[in-house]
Amino acid sequence: MSNLSQTASGAISTPLVSAKAATIWLLAITAFLGLAVIYFVGMDEGMTSVFGNTAVVHEFFHDGRHFLGFPCH
Amino acid sequence: MEKKLILRGALAGGLGGLLAFVFARIFAEPLIQQAIDYEEGRGEAQEKLDRAAGLAVGGHEHEIFSRTIQADVGIGVGLIVFGVALGALFAVAYVICIGRTGNIRPRALALLVAAAGFVGFYLVPFMKYPANPPAVGNDDTIVQRTQLYLIMVAASLILMFVAVVLGQRLAKRIGTWPASMWAGLGFLVAVGVVMLVLPPLGHLDANVAEAGKRATETPLPLRDPEGNIVFPGFPADVLAKFRVYSVTAQLILWATIGLVFAPLADRLLTGKRSGSARVEETSAA
Repeated sequence: MSNLSQTASGAISTPLVSAKAATIWLLAITAFLGLAVIYFVGMDEGMTSVFGNTAVVHEFFHDGRHFLGFPCH
Repeated sequence: MEKKLILRGALAGGLGGLLAFVFARIFAEPLIQQAIDYEEGRGEAQEKLDRAAGLAVGGHEHEIFSRTIQADVGIGVGLIVFGVALGALFAVAYVICIGRTGNIRPRALALLVAAAGFVGFYLVPFMKYPANPPAVGNDDTIVQRTQLYLIMVAASLILMFVAVVLGQRLAKRIGTWPASMWAGLGFLVAVGVVMLVLPPLGHLDANVAEAGKRATETPLPLRDPEGNIVFPGFPADVLAKFRVYSVTAQLILWATIGLVFAPLADRLLTGKRSGSARVEETSAA
């Protein structure tokens, strides 16, 4: 697991991401954070609300939501 | 290496968001203002009708942010933050694609992943449920509209992933070009089926109850009890322009991600090891 063969071939055809746990975590956390941010910019306080329905997030990103194609009121 | 690529993706995305904001501020904000003016004018006309009919008239909504804040700051922060997140997600997809999508150079791969992101994440869902300016959209259907939009985005991305995987397998047997054509065609057909199955927004119960079965939620002319038009329907030009600009902004965003990320990734992936010529040689094996 830890001793992946590091062939110094310089070829881009070797998968950069193998079953290295650290790499998988990095990608998973990045993906999660990215989706969370997109959720807050695009959807929070519309269909669902994380921190109570104050409409502050909704109103602040109002124009951007419409323009990015997210459903808005 | 992966961390560096993700940071560069986020950087490219932030830049894309900034450019999209500049575009939005100049071209989209006047349209958004026109749409809001329409919404307010229509609200006043509706109030007059309600009063004449002896109905209770609801109070005005309390504004949390002024239009200036929304149009100058809100959309700017929104687009830039959205761009950074998108760029990071793009980089994750790029990192996973490296070495799994055939014999391709880092720069070309960056452009392909960006193009796939534009089509899969935005353009295909837009074809079914296009972006709408303020005033276009029923408050009572926000939950269903959000669900339908998310289903459309998820279906589009999953089908694109499946098409790429199947295309890769097919390419080994029939060659890259025909395999790409078949995978692309399969993607279009599958996406088309999903679009046919999902309901048009006008067919949602709350909308049918209000105005019968229509295709969309775009406001119709407002009529008094005698059937005279007292306020026009939503202006078609504003709607059309808003949508064209929405697509343009996403094009700017994704193109910036692809074009800025491509040389950065190329330098990281090929410069660090050996020359690019050797990369081609060995990857052909």
